[in-house]
Amino acid sequence: MRGRADVKNRYVREVTQKKYEYGFTTDVQTEVIERGLNEDVVRLISAKKEEPEWLLEFRLAAYRYWQTQEQPTWGHLTLPEIDYQAISYYADPTKGNKKNGPKSLDEIDPELMKTFDKLGIPLEERLALSGTAVDAVMDSVSVKTTFKEKLSERGIIFCSISEAVREYPDLVKQYLGSVVPYRDNYFAALNSAVFSDGSFVYIPKGVRCPMELSTYFRINARNTGQFERTLIVCDDGGYVSYLEGCTAPMRDENQLHAAIVEIVVNENAEVKYSTVQNWYPGDAEGRGGVLNLVTKRGHLRGANSKLSWTQVETGSAVTWKYPSCVLSGDNSQAEFYSVAVTNHHQQADTGTKMIHLGRNTKSTIISKGISAGKSQNSYRGLVRVASKADGARNYSSCDSLLLGSECGAHTFPYMDVCNDTAIVEHEATTSKISEEQLFYCNQRGIPTEEAVGLIVNGYAKDVINKLPMEFAVEAQKLLSVSLEGTVG
Amino acid sequence: MSSERQYLDIFTAHREMIDRHSAGVLNALRGKAYDDFSRMGFPTRKVERYKYTDVSAAFAPDYGLNLNRVKFAVDPREAFRCEVPNLGTSLHFIVNDSFYSRPAPSLPEGVVVCSLKQAAETYPDRVAAAYGRLARTEKDAINALNTMLAQDGLFVYVPKGVEVERTIQVVNLLRSDVDLMANRRVLAVLEEGARARLLFCDHAADDRNFLVTQVVEAFVGERASLELYELEETHAKNHRFSNLYVDQQRDSRVTLCNFTLTGGLTRNRTDLTLSGEGAAADLYGCVIADGEQRVDNNTLIDHRAERCTSNQLYKYVLDDAAVGAFAGRVLVREGAQHSRSVERNANLCGTREARMYAQPMLEIYADDVQCSHGSTVGQMDEQALFYMRQRGIGLDEARMLLKMAFADEVISAIGLDPLRNRLHHLVEKRFRGELGHCSGCRLCK
Repeated sequence: MRGRADVKNRYVREVTQKKYEYGFTTDVQTEVIERGLNEDVVRLISAKKEEPEWLLEFRLAAYRYWQTQEQPTWGHLTLPEIDYQAISYYADPTKGNKKNGPKSLDEIDPELMKTFDKLGIPLEERLALSGTAVDAVMDSVSVKTTFKEKLSERGIIFCSISEAVREYPDLVKQYLGSVVPYRDNYFAALNSAVFSDGSFVYIPKGVRCPMELSTYFRINARNTGQFERTLIVCDDGGYVSYLEGCTAPMRDENQLHAAIVEIVVNENAEVKYSTVQNWYPGDAEGRGGVLNLVTKRGHLRGANSKLSWTQVETGSAVTWKYPSCVLSGDNSQAEFYSVAVTNHHQQADTGTKMIHLGRNTKSTIISKGISAGKSQNSYRGLVRVASKADGARNYSSCDSLLLGSECGAHTFPYMDVCNDTAIVEHEATTSKISEEQLFYCNQRGIPTEEAVGLIVNGYAKDVINKLPMEFAVEAQKLLSVSLEGTVG
Repeated sequence: MSSERQYLDIFTAHREMIDRHSAGVLNALRGKAYDDFSRMGFPTRKVERYKYTDVSAAFAPDYGLNLNRVKFAVDPREAFRCEVPNLGTSLHFIVNDSFYSRPAPSLPEGVVVCSLKQAAETYPDRVAAAYGRLARTEKDAINALNTMLAQDGLFVYVPKGVEVERTIQVVNLLRSDVDLMANRRVLAVLEEGARARLLFCDHAADDRNFLVTQVVEAFVGERASLELYELEETHAKNHRFSNLYVDQQRDSRVTLCNFTLTGGLTRNRTDLTLSGEGAAADLYGCVIADGEQRVDNNTLIDHRAERCTSNQLYKYVLDDAAVGAFAGRVLVREGAQHSRSVERNANLCGTREARMYAQPMLEIYADDVQCSHGSTVGQMDEQALFYMRQRGIGLDEARMLLKMAFADEVISAIGLDPLRNRLHHLVEKRFRGELGHCSGCRLCK
């Protein structure tokens, strides 16, 4: 037994000493505005992006609303105090290029190219064998969007949101803030005031997007926050699969990330949104790390529409987000698949909201939490069936796995049912890795550390299987990096 | 602060009268309760544990308070019989919030079942050691209000190793010619290895607005066993706020069973602490609500020691515009290894207007545990209904049968045969809409 325990301890040590792979910084000339937040800063950001008057008004209204609000405290989290005046709200690493961003790869700073190469994000189209179109966002600016021309042949718009504001102002004006209004919550108001870059996707009627669309977010500059804004509109009968990945350098102070993702799904359309979140989680003592405070929501407006959220959350010091679905269209379907892994001093309070408004709407929630070290991992979810949502159906399943005696796993589901034809089911379990399963593997010559990896991967399989191929591989790798051997 | 003001004013104006008609041990905590209550006020719906009940609105109307302890002319023993056939009980009455003493059948030596006021005078040390220890006034406004105003209630004491075979039945009768507020207090102490069974039946004899606050504190010693059954059969004008606190020592067993058959607004808070290793608790709840009834059960099971087991089953049948809420939180503290916890909540919504809010929560800080919860909201099985109709059973009858079967899971958890049979009968009558009041009650016939 002693030998086995030693092996375990060795792996625990190894894992705790494992460095965050993407923690490097890029030395690139970055234009960073003065720290602090006031109306002038909001005006400055808007001016830098050459935005129309209506957008500036939107930002200012959001800013004024934000000032009247207080930071919420209801999460099962201990948020470090955020000094909003100590953050710079705009950092532009493409400074020196033409105003409208780089026109070709040659114009991009080679350091930037290297950064994304190092992260495994192919910006050069001929190298992009995976056939994924990428929008790469560093700090406040979209560096490069690939495959734009190929997509535009089918009428698909895939560009940075700043570009969309210039090129397609009507579309942006119509949808921006229609799913997540700036009054939605504290962080949504902050984002609406200072949002920098992000992706804009428009899938026209009846078009199936031929490739995966992907945005890669990277925080690089010191003392900046990332406030990206993503807007996806999928018109009648369209289909798109969208991926999002994130990393940040290792820094001792916390970095703020307050994003908004809005998705509009019209009749018969389908959107798949996958996230592999790997922001810097802080070191083993809980110093530094990204505060990931994000509002993500999809509105299923049309009949027979479908939206699927898949997320693998392994990074961030604090994750506080609830990718949600408002099911207004009749027969619409929503799915939420999540694996949240917390280790060391990480904290996560994440889950989803399914608001059933239309008839015969269906939602599925599969959430898997894995806690290790001294981390706290909570699932919090709401399923609401409005009185007109006849025949609504929900199934939720939340499982938590505990690896270690100092971590916590919590489940806080809310079910509000106001319709007699609705069927809502929720089940949850919490346990540690089964000794029997470990023993079974050991018996068959599989060492404990491999067995743990095997069991955790099997445990998360329901969710990983929902990810697009390339991401599934990455997610599986991340899981093993985060967890292997942590069982103690 | 408008709702709170009237209670604070009554207290400051009549403090002397309240004290005079109560006992020193109870009076000793009033000052602090007043401070706590005036500081906290009633919880708003933003307070997580009061999310589903508007406390302030329920306490806003002007209710009479019988602070001067005027005895009601009616003799409850004559007027009221809450019979459970074939169940020999030691029967006691609490009319509004006053304990009516009567010669009860003999209980084992050393067992005390009496008025709390009397107990506080006769055994001041024993009562002082327990009173207010679990129901902390700084934590909950209802506790504070009750501690501030309660003058009497029930005291149950079972000494070490004594088993009370006879069920101790307490009929809480609401009786008044004006709208009335009653503040009841119950203190139960079971010493090491003691066993007791308590049955509380709540009835309202008059068609008046009633507002009841009830705080129950139960201490269950090592290897002791407590079964507590609560049955509410009041009416739509009754507002009940009950806080039940149980502390369990090593290897103790507790079964709590709560039936809400009729009522207006019912709010039951149950906080159960498993303090000693190997303690086990079973909580059952059955709610049958229609009309404008609102029933809110809020439980917290706190696993503080190793090898404890908890099991919860709550079932709701909601009709008309009834609103049901269930929030159950299981907390497994650091070091409470080998905890086992199961929480189940199933709900039937019968109409479009009926609403159900369910919130089963797990909060776990220990790794070697097995905890699960499940919650469902749904309707009756169409196939089962069809099956019965094919066989000549009318739709109403078929629905009735299914509802009975649904509630039966909770009823069959009752260990006491006569009580189980009685509840079968009562629940069936309730589903048939025949039950306004207990059939044993002469006043209501």
